[in-house]
Amino acid sequence: MNPLHPTVLTGDNVFRIHWILGTDRLLAVCHCGAEREFEDPVLLWDWLLGHPNDHRAGPESEPAVAPQPLHEVFA
Amino acid sequence: MTAFVRNQWYVAAYGREVGRELLGRTILGEPILLYRTEDGRAVAMSDRCVHRRFPLSQAPSRLDGDRVVCGYHGFTYGTDGGCVYVPGQQRIPRTARLNTYPVIEQDSFVWVWIGDREPGDTVPPRAPWMDSPDYTVVSGMEPIDGDYGLLVDNLMDLSHETYLHGGYIGTPEVAETPITTEVDDAAGVVYVSRHMHDAECPPFYAKSTGIEGRITRWQDIEYHAPGLYLLHSRIAPVGAPAPNADGSDPHAFHTEVVYGITPSTETTTYDFWAVARDFALGDQEVTDFLRENNHTVVMQDVVALNVLQQSLSTEKAGYQELSINIDTGGLAARRILARLAQANTEQRSVATAR
Repeated sequence: MNPLHPTVLTGDNVFRIHWILGTDRLLAVCHCGAEREFEDPVLLWDWLLGHPNDHRAGPESEPAVAPQPLHEVFA
Repeated sequence: MTAFVRNQWYVAAYGREVGRELLGRTILGEPILLYRTEDGRAVAMSDRCVHRRFPLSQAPSRLDGDRVVCGYHGFTYGTDGGCVYVPGQQRIPRTARLNTYPVIEQDSFVWVWIGDREPGDTVPPRAPWMDSPDYTVVSGMEPIDGDYGLLVDNLMDLSHETYLHGGYIGTPEVAETPITTEVDDAAGVVYVSRHMHDAECPPFYAKSTGIEGRITRWQDIEYHAPGLYLLHSRIAPVGAPAPNADGSDPHAFHTEVVYGITPSTETTTYDFWAVARDFALGDQEVTDFLRENNHTVVMQDVVALNVLQQSLSTEKAGYQELSINIDTGGLAARRILARLAQANTEQRSVATAR
Protein backbone atom coordinates (compact mmCIF):
# COMPACT_ATOMS: atom_id res chain seq x y z
CA MET A 1 0.00 0.00 0.00
CA ASN A 2 1.26 3.45 -0.83
CA PRO A 3 1.99 5.17 2.49
CA LEU A 4 1.49 8.54 0.84
CA HIS A 5 -2.18 7.77 0.43
CA PRO A 6 -3.59 6.85 3.82
CA THR A 7 -7.13 5.53 3.73
CA VAL A 8 -9.86 8.13 3.92
CA LEU A 9 -13.23 6.42 3.72
CA THR A 10 -14.22 4.59 6.88
CA GLY A 11 -17.23 2.48 5.89
CA ASP A 12 -17.36 -1.26 6.56
CA ASN A 13 -17.37 -2.20 2.88
CA VAL A 14 -14.80 0.02 1.19
CA PHE A 15 -12.99 -1.14 -1.94
CA ARG A 16 -9.50 0.30 -2.46
CA ILE A 17 -7.52 0.44 -5.68
CA HIS A 18 -3.88 1.44 -5.66
CA TRP A 19 -1.98 2.31 -8.79
CA ILE A 20 1.31 0.61 -8.02
CA LEU A 21 4.01 3.25 -8.29
CA GLY A 22 6.42 2.81 -11.14
CA THR A 23 4.20 0.28 -12.89
CA ASP A 24 1.07 0.19 -15.03
CA ARG A 25 -0.62 -2.21 -12.62
CA LEU A 26 -3.52 -1.66 -10.27
CA LEU A 27 -3.80 -3.41 -6.92
CA ALA A 28 -7.40 -4.11 -5.96
CA VAL A 29 -8.13 -4.59 -2.26
CA CYS A 30 -11.55 -5.91 -1.35
CA HIS A 31 -13.20 -5.08 1.98
CA CYS A 32 -12.82 -8.79 2.83
CA GLY A 33 -9.04 -8.44 2.63
CA ALA A 34 -8.59 -10.20 -0.71
CA GLU A 35 -6.06 -8.54 -3.01
CA ARG A 36 -5.30 -8.95 -6.67
CA GLU A 37 -3.34 -7.08 -9.31
CA PHE A 38 -4.84 -6.07 -12.62
CA GLU A 39 -3.83 -4.33 -15.81
CA ASP A 40 -7.38 -3.46 -16.78
CA PRO A 41 -9.74 -1.46 -14.52
CA VAL A 42 -12.82 -3.08 -16.06
CA LEU A 43 -11.66 -6.58 -15.14
CA LEU A 44 -10.66 -5.18 -11.76
CA TRP A 45 -14.18 -3.93 -11.07
CA ASP A 46 -15.69 -7.19 -12.25
CA TRP A 47 -13.53 -8.99 -9.71
CA LEU A 48 -14.15 -6.56 -6.83
CA LEU A 49 -17.89 -6.46 -7.34
CA GLY A 50 -17.95 -10.23 -7.72
CA HIS A 51 -17.14 -10.54 -4.00
CA PRO A 52 -17.00 -13.15 -2.52
CA ASN A 53 -16.36 -15.15 -5.70
CA ASP A 54 -12.69 -15.98 -6.03
CA HIS A 55 -11.77 -13.77 -3.06
CA ARG A 56 -9.22 -15.11 -0.63
CA ALA A 57 -7.69 -12.90 2.03
CA GLY A 58 -4.10 -11.93 1.36
CA PRO A 59 -2.16 -11.02 -1.72
CA GLU A 60 -2.42 -13.17 -4.82
CA SER A 61 0.89 -14.43 -6.09
CA GLU A 62 0.08 -14.07 -9.76
CA PRO A 63 -1.22 -10.87 -11.24
CA ALA A 64 -4.35 -11.31 -13.30
CA VAL A 65 -3.24 -10.61 -16.82
CA ALA A 66 -5.76 -10.98 -19.57
CA PRO A 67 -6.17 -9.55 -23.03
CA GLN A 68 -7.57 -6.09 -22.55
CA PRO A 69 -11.09 -6.19 -23.97
CA LEU A 70 -13.05 -3.33 -25.36
CA HIS A 71 -16.28 -2.86 -23.50
CA GLU A 72 -19.63 -1.39 -24.27
CA VAL A 73 -20.28 2.12 -23.09
CA PHE A 74 -22.05 2.53 -19.77
CA ALA A 75 -22.31 -1.25 -19.46
CA MET B 1 -27.33 7.45 -21.85
CA THR B 2 -26.72 7.35 -18.13
CA ALA B 3 -29.91 6.30 -16.37
CA PHE B 4 -31.55 8.82 -14.05
CA VAL B 5 -31.37 8.10 -10.34
CA ARG B 6 -34.53 9.00 -8.44
CA ASN B 7 -35.09 9.24 -4.70
CA GLN B 8 -32.17 11.64 -4.40
CA TRP B 9 -31.52 15.29 -3.59
CA TYR B 10 -30.32 17.44 -6.47
CA VAL B 11 -29.08 21.01 -6.64
CA ALA B 12 -31.86 22.96 -8.34
CA ALA B 13 -30.41 26.45 -7.95
CA TYR B 14 -28.25 28.72 -5.88
CA GLY B 15 -30.16 30.38 -3.07
CA ARG B 16 -29.49 33.74 -4.70
CA GLU B 17 -31.33 32.64 -7.84
CA VAL B 18 -34.55 31.88 -5.99
CA GLY B 19 -36.50 34.99 -5.08
CA ARG B 20 -39.71 36.78 -5.88
CA GLU B 21 -39.25 36.15 -9.59
CA LEU B 22 -40.51 32.79 -10.87
CA LEU B 23 -37.70 30.43 -11.85
CA GLY B 24 -38.14 27.33 -14.00
CA ARG B 25 -35.71 24.39 -14.00
CA THR B 26 -36.10 20.92 -15.49
CA ILE B 27 -34.64 18.18 -13.30
CA LEU B 28 -34.66 14.50 -14.28
CA GLY B 29 -37.10 15.50 -16.99
CA GLU B 30 -39.53 17.12 -14.53
CA PRO B 31 -40.34 20.82 -15.04
CA ILE B 32 -40.05 22.51 -11.64
CA LEU B 33 -41.08 26.00 -10.54
CA LEU B 34 -39.04 27.66 -7.82
CA TYR B 35 -39.72 30.85 -5.87
CA ARG B 36 -39.40 32.31 -2.41
CA THR B 37 -42.39 33.10 -0.20
CA GLU B 38 -42.79 36.51 1.40
CA ASP B 39 -41.31 35.12 4.61
CA GLY B 40 -38.21 33.90 2.73
CA ARG B 41 -38.92 30.19 2.33
CA ALA B 42 -37.90 28.52 -0.96
CA VAL B 43 -40.65 26.36 -2.46
CA ALA B 44 -40.74 24.04 -5.46
CA MET B 45 -43.69 22.68 -7.40
CA SER B 46 -44.62 21.50 -10.86
CA ASP B 47 -43.98 24.14 -13.51
CA ARG B 48 -47.07 23.21 -15.52
CA CYS B 49 -50.56 24.54 -14.93
CA VAL B 50 -52.98 21.62 -14.54
CA HIS B 51 -55.34 23.25 -17.04
CA ARG B 52 -53.49 23.47 -20.36
CA ARG B 53 -49.94 22.82 -19.15
CA PHE B 54 -48.77 26.41 -19.53
CA PRO B 55 -45.38 26.89 -17.82
CA LEU B 56 -45.94 28.79 -14.59
CA SER B 57 -42.40 30.16 -14.73
CA GLN B 58 -43.23 31.85 -18.02
CA ALA B 59 -44.47 35.45 -18.13
CA PRO B 60 -47.12 36.68 -17.87
CA SER B 61 -47.49 34.09 -15.07
CA ARG B 62 -46.77 35.94 -11.82
CA LEU B 63 -46.79 35.88 -8.07
CA ASP B 64 -49.68 37.37 -6.11
CA GLY B 65 -48.39 37.36 -2.57
CA ASP B 66 -47.32 33.74 -2.08
CA ARG B 67 -49.70 32.48 -4.75
CA VAL B 68 -48.82 31.71 -8.35
CA VAL B 69 -51.17 32.98 -11.03
CA CYS B 70 -50.98 31.21 -14.38
CA GLY B 71 -50.40 33.73 -17.13
CA TYR B 72 -52.65 31.92 -19.58
CA HIS B 73 -56.10 31.60 -17.88
CA GLY B 74 -55.52 32.69 -14.31
CA PHE B 75 -55.53 29.36 -12.45
CA THR B 76 -54.04 30.25 -9.07
CA TYR B 77 -52.11 27.99 -6.70
CA GLY B 78 -50.94 28.16 -3.11
CA THR B 79 -47.53 27.11 -1.82
CA ASP B 80 -48.92 23.63 -1.08
CA GLY B 81 -49.72 23.23 -4.79
CA GLY B 82 -53.44 23.39 -4.19
CA CYS B 83 -55.50 25.38 -6.67
CA VAL B 84 -57.40 28.22 -4.97
CA TYR B 85 -58.97 29.90 -7.98
CA VAL B 86 -60.19 28.90 -11.42
CA PRO B 87 -61.74 31.37 -13.85
CA GLY B 88 -65.49 31.73 -14.26
CA GLN B 89 -66.75 29.15 -11.77
CA GLN B 90 -67.00 28.49 -8.07
CA ARG B 91 -66.16 24.78 -8.08
CA ILE B 92 -62.47 23.99 -8.07
CA PRO B 93 -61.86 20.54 -9.58
CA ARG B 94 -60.55 18.05 -7.04
CA THR B 95 -57.57 17.18 -9.23
CA ALA B 96 -56.49 20.81 -9.61
CA ARG B 97 -53.30 20.40 -7.60
CA LEU B 98 -49.65 20.82 -8.49
CA ASN B 99 -47.14 18.25 -7.36
CA THR B 100 -44.80 19.82 -4.81
CA TYR B 101 -41.19 18.91 -4.08
CA PRO B 102 -39.35 18.76 -0.76
CA VAL B 103 -36.77 21.56 -0.53
CA ILE B 104 -33.69 21.99 1.65
CA GLU B 105 -31.59 25.12 1.52
CA GLN B 106 -28.06 24.26 2.57
CA ASP B 107 -24.53 25.50 1.85
CA SER B 108 -25.89 28.21 -0.50
CA PHE B 109 -27.68 25.63 -2.66
CA VAL B 110 -31.40 25.00 -3.02
CA TRP B 111 -31.72 21.20 -3.04
CA VAL B 112 -34.85 19.54 -4.39
CA TRP B 113 -35.86 15.95 -3.72
CA ILE B 114 -36.78 14.03 -6.87
CA GLY B 115 -38.41 10.81 -5.83
CA ASP B 116 -41.26 8.39 -5.69
CA ARG B 117 -41.38 8.63 -1.91
CA GLU B 118 -40.66 11.23 0.77
CA PRO B 119 -36.99 11.74 1.71
CA GLY B 120 -37.50 10.78 5.36
CA ASP B 121 -34.16 11.10 7.14
CA THR B 122 -32.18 11.39 3.93
CA VAL B 123 -30.45 14.76 3.66
CA PRO B 124 -28.21 16.22 0.95
CA PRO B 125 -24.44 15.81 1.27
CA ARG B 126 -22.59 18.83 2.63
CA ALA B 127 -20.37 21.47 1.04
CA PRO B 128 -19.87 23.74 4.07
CA TRP B 129 -17.23 25.96 2.44
CA MET B 130 -19.89 27.47 0.19
CA ASP B 131 -21.20 29.82 2.87
CA SER B 132 -18.42 29.74 5.45
CA PRO B 133 -16.91 33.06 6.61
CA ASP B 134 -13.50 31.36 6.43
CA TYR B 135 -13.72 31.05 2.64
CA THR B 136 -14.28 33.36 -0.32
CA VAL B 137 -16.34 31.76 -3.07
CA VAL B 138 -16.81 32.27 -6.78
CA SER B 139 -19.58 30.29 -8.43
CA GLY B 140 -21.85 29.98 -11.41
CA MET B 141 -23.93 27.61 -13.47
CA GLU B 142 -23.51 26.51 -17.06
CA PRO B 143 -25.91 24.28 -18.94
CA ILE B 144 -24.34 21.40 -20.85
CA ASP B 145 -25.90 19.81 -23.93
CA GLY B 146 -24.83 16.40 -22.76
CA ASP B 147 -25.72 13.37 -20.65
CA TYR B 148 -24.84 14.02 -16.99
CA GLY B 149 -22.68 10.89 -17.05
CA LEU B 150 -20.28 12.72 -19.34
CA LEU B 151 -19.74 15.39 -16.68
CA VAL B 152 -19.24 12.75 -13.99
CA ASP B 153 -16.70 11.03 -16.21
CA ASN B 154 -14.94 14.32 -16.88
CA LEU B 155 -14.65 15.30 -13.23
CA MET B 156 -13.64 11.87 -11.93
CA ASP B 157 -10.54 11.79 -14.12
CA LEU B 158 -8.53 14.97 -13.73
CA SER B 159 -5.74 13.81 -16.01
CA HIS B 160 -7.74 15.59 -18.72
CA GLU B 161 -6.61 18.87 -17.14
CA THR B 162 -3.21 18.42 -18.76
CA TYR B 163 -4.71 18.45 -22.24
CA LEU B 164 -8.04 20.25 -22.13
CA HIS B 165 -7.03 22.88 -19.57
CA GLY B 166 -3.33 23.38 -20.36
CA GLY B 167 -2.26 26.91 -19.48
CA TYR B 168 -4.99 27.23 -16.85
CA ILE B 169 -5.06 24.37 -14.31
CA GLY B 170 -3.33 21.66 -16.30
CA THR B 171 0.35 20.79 -16.06
CA PRO B 172 2.18 17.67 -17.26
CA GLU B 173 2.33 16.17 -13.77
CA VAL B 174 -1.44 15.76 -13.45
CA ALA B 175 -1.69 13.17 -16.20
CA GLU B 176 1.57 11.52 -15.14
CA THR B 177 0.84 10.97 -11.45
CA PRO B 178 -0.82 7.72 -10.34
CA ILE B 179 -4.04 7.80 -8.37
CA THR B 180 -5.47 5.90 -5.43
CA THR B 181 -9.18 5.14 -5.48
CA GLU B 182 -11.49 4.24 -2.63
CA VAL B 183 -15.12 3.28 -3.04
CA ASP B 184 -17.79 2.98 -0.39
CA ASP B 185 -20.42 1.31 -2.48
CA ALA B 186 -23.14 1.37 0.16
CA ALA B 187 -22.69 5.08 0.85
CA GLY B 188 -22.37 5.88 -2.86
CA VAL B 189 -19.05 7.67 -2.35
CA VAL B 190 -15.95 7.53 -4.56
CA TYR B 191 -12.68 9.06 -3.33
CA VAL B 192 -9.78 9.57 -5.72
CA SER B 193 -6.42 10.91 -4.55
CA ARG B 194 -3.67 12.27 -6.72
CA HIS B 195 -0.76 13.73 -4.79
CA MET B 196 1.96 15.45 -6.82
CA HIS B 197 5.08 16.14 -4.82
CA ASP B 198 7.07 18.31 -7.20
CA ALA B 199 4.92 19.89 -9.86
CA GLU B 200 4.76 22.95 -12.01
CA CYS B 201 2.43 25.58 -10.57
CA PRO B 202 -0.31 26.31 -13.11
CA PRO B 203 -1.27 29.96 -13.73
CA PHE B 204 -4.59 29.44 -11.93
CA TYR B 205 -2.73 28.94 -8.66
CA ALA B 206 0.46 30.93 -9.35
CA LYS B 207 -1.44 34.17 -9.89
CA SER B 208 -3.96 33.64 -7.11
CA THR B 209 -1.52 32.51 -4.40
CA GLY B 210 1.63 34.34 -5.46
CA ILE B 211 3.69 31.12 -5.42
CA GLU B 212 6.48 31.44 -7.97
CA GLY B 213 8.32 28.12 -7.77
CA ARG B 214 7.34 24.49 -7.95
CA ILE B 215 4.65 23.09 -5.72
CA THR B 216 3.27 20.05 -4.00
CA ARG B 217 -0.23 19.70 -5.35
CA TRP B 218 -2.83 17.39 -3.87
CA GLN B 219 -6.11 16.65 -5.58
CA ASP B 220 -8.55 14.67 -3.48
CA ILE B 221 -11.87 14.00 -5.16
CA GLU B 222 -14.91 13.11 -3.09
CA TYR B 223 -17.90 12.23 -5.24
CA HIS B 224 -21.25 11.73 -3.59
CA ALA B 225 -23.34 10.03 -6.23
CA PRO B 226 -25.28 11.18 -8.01
CA GLY B 227 -25.30 14.95 -7.55
CA LEU B 228 -22.38 16.41 -5.56
CA TYR B 229 -18.70 16.46 -6.45
CA LEU B 230 -16.01 17.92 -4.21
CA LEU B 231 -12.37 18.45 -5.10
CA HIS B 232 -10.18 19.19 -2.11
CA SER B 233 -7.19 20.94 -3.63
CA ARG B 234 -4.03 21.63 -1.60
CA ILE B 235 -1.20 23.77 -2.96
CA ALA B 236 2.08 24.45 -1.14
CA PRO B 237 5.62 25.39 -2.13
CA VAL B 238 7.88 22.35 -2.42
CA GLY B 239 9.48 21.80 0.99
CA ALA B 240 6.66 23.37 2.99
CA PRO B 241 5.62 21.37 6.07
CA ALA B 242 2.85 18.80 5.69
CA PRO B 243 -0.51 19.25 7.44
CA ASN B 244 -0.44 18.95 11.22
CA ALA B 245 -1.85 15.93 12.99
CA ASP B 246 -4.83 17.98 14.16
CA GLY B 247 -5.76 18.73 10.56
CA SER B 248 -4.55 22.32 10.55
CA ASP B 249 -2.40 23.18 7.56
CA PRO B 250 -1.08 26.73 7.86
CA HIS B 251 1.65 26.41 5.23
CA ALA B 252 -0.63 25.49 2.34
CA PHE B 253 -3.30 27.14 0.23
CA HIS B 254 -6.59 25.32 -0.13
CA THR B 255 -9.39 25.49 -2.60
CA GLU B 256 -12.56 23.49 -2.32
CA VAL B 257 -13.93 23.00 -5.80
CA VAL B 258 -17.61 22.12 -5.68
CA TYR B 259 -19.86 20.87 -8.46
CA GLY B 260 -23.58 20.27 -8.31
CA ILE B 261 -24.24 17.79 -11.11
CA THR B 262 -27.92 17.92 -11.94
CA PRO B 263 -29.39 15.91 -14.82
CA SER B 264 -31.95 18.03 -16.64
CA THR B 265 -33.06 15.93 -19.61
CA GLU B 266 -31.47 12.80 -21.02
CA THR B 267 -29.04 14.94 -22.99
CA THR B 268 -28.79 18.14 -20.96
CA THR B 269 -27.21 18.84 -17.59
CA TYR B 270 -26.91 21.74 -15.16
CA ASP B 271 -23.27 22.26 -14.20
CA PHE B 272 -23.22 24.20 -10.91
CA TRP B 273 -19.57 25.11 -10.30
CA ALA B 274 -17.85 26.84 -7.43
CA VAL B 275 -14.36 27.51 -6.11
CA ALA B 276 -14.02 28.29 -2.39
CA ARG B 277 -10.59 29.45 -1.19
CA ASP B 278 -9.08 29.94 2.23
CA PHE B 279 -6.54 32.56 1.12
CA ALA B 280 -6.73 36.16 -0.06
CA LEU B 281 -10.12 36.32 1.63
CA GLY B 282 -12.16 39.19 0.32
CA ASP B 283 -9.43 40.25 -2.13
CA GLN B 284 -11.53 41.42 -5.08
CA GLU B 285 -8.67 41.20 -7.56
CA VAL B 286 -8.09 37.53 -6.72
CA THR B 287 -11.84 36.90 -6.74
CA ASP B 288 -12.20 38.44 -10.20
CA PHE B 289 -9.21 36.47 -11.50
CA LEU B 290 -10.47 33.14 -10.16
CA ARG B 291 -14.02 33.75 -11.38
CA GLU B 292 -12.88 34.57 -14.90
CA ASN B 293 -10.25 31.84 -15.00
CA ASN B 294 -12.49 29.12 -13.60
CA HIS B 295 -15.34 30.14 -15.86
CA THR B 296 -12.95 29.70 -18.79
CA VAL B 297 -12.02 26.23 -17.52
CA VAL B 298 -15.68 25.29 -17.05
CA MET B 299 -16.47 26.47 -20.58
CA GLN B 300 -13.59 24.40 -21.96
CA ASP B 301 -15.33 21.38 -20.43
CA VAL B 302 -18.77 22.49 -21.60
CA VAL B 303 -17.62 22.93 -25.20
CA ALA B 304 -15.82 19.59 -25.15
CA LEU B 305 -18.75 17.71 -23.62
CA ASN B 306 -21.23 19.29 -26.04
CA VAL B 307 -19.08 18.09 -28.91
CA LEU B 308 -18.66 14.68 -27.30
CA GLN B 309 -22.42 14.29 -26.87
CA GLN B 310 -23.00 15.21 -30.51
CA SER B 311 -20.38 12.70 -31.51
CA LEU B 312 -21.80 9.91 -29.33
CA SER B 313 -25.33 10.63 -30.56
CA THR B 314 -24.26 9.71 -34.07
CA GLU B 315 -22.53 6.49 -33.02
CA LYS B 316 -24.15 3.19 -33.85
CA ALA B 317 -25.77 1.41 -30.91
CA GLY B 318 -23.38 -0.77 -28.98
CA TYR B 319 -20.31 1.34 -29.71
CA GLN B 320 -17.28 0.52 -27.67
CA GLU B 321 -14.71 2.43 -25.70
CA LEU B 322 -11.53 1.60 -23.86
CA SER B 323 -10.75 2.27 -20.21
CA ILE B 324 -7.29 2.48 -18.66
CA ASN B 325 -5.88 3.07 -15.19
CA ILE B 326 -6.85 6.75 -15.07
CA ASP B 327 -10.50 5.71 -15.42
CA THR B 328 -10.63 3.68 -12.20
CA GLY B 329 -12.58 6.35 -10.32
CA GLY B 330 -14.87 7.12 -13.24
CA LEU B 331 -15.72 3.45 -13.67
CA ALA B 332 -16.54 3.24 -9.97
CA ALA B 333 -18.89 6.20 -10.33
CA ARG B 334 -20.61 4.60 -13.32
CA ARG B 335 -21.11 1.36 -11.43
CA ILE B 336 -22.66 3.17 -8.48
CA LEU B 337 -24.97 5.21 -10.72
CA ALA B 338 -26.06 2.06 -12.55
CA ARG B 339 -26.68 0.27 -9.25
CA LEU B 340 -28.75 3.16 -7.87
CA ALA B 341 -30.80 3.36 -11.08
CA GLN B 342 -31.37 -0.39 -10.99
CA ALA B 343 -32.55 -0.14 -7.39
CA ASN B 344 -35.08 2.49 -8.53
CA THR B 345 -36.37 0.12 -11.19
CA GLU B 346 -36.72 -2.73 -8.70
CA GLN B 347 -38.52 -0.49 -6.21
CA ARG B 348 -40.98 0.55 -8.90
CA SER B 349 -41.53 -3.08 -9.92
CA VAL B 350 -42.34 -4.02 -6.34
CA ALA B 351 -44.69 -1.07 -6.01
CA THR B 352 -46.45 -2.01 -9.27
CA ALA B 353 -46.84 -5.63 -8.22
CA ARG B 354 -48.58 -4.67 -4.99
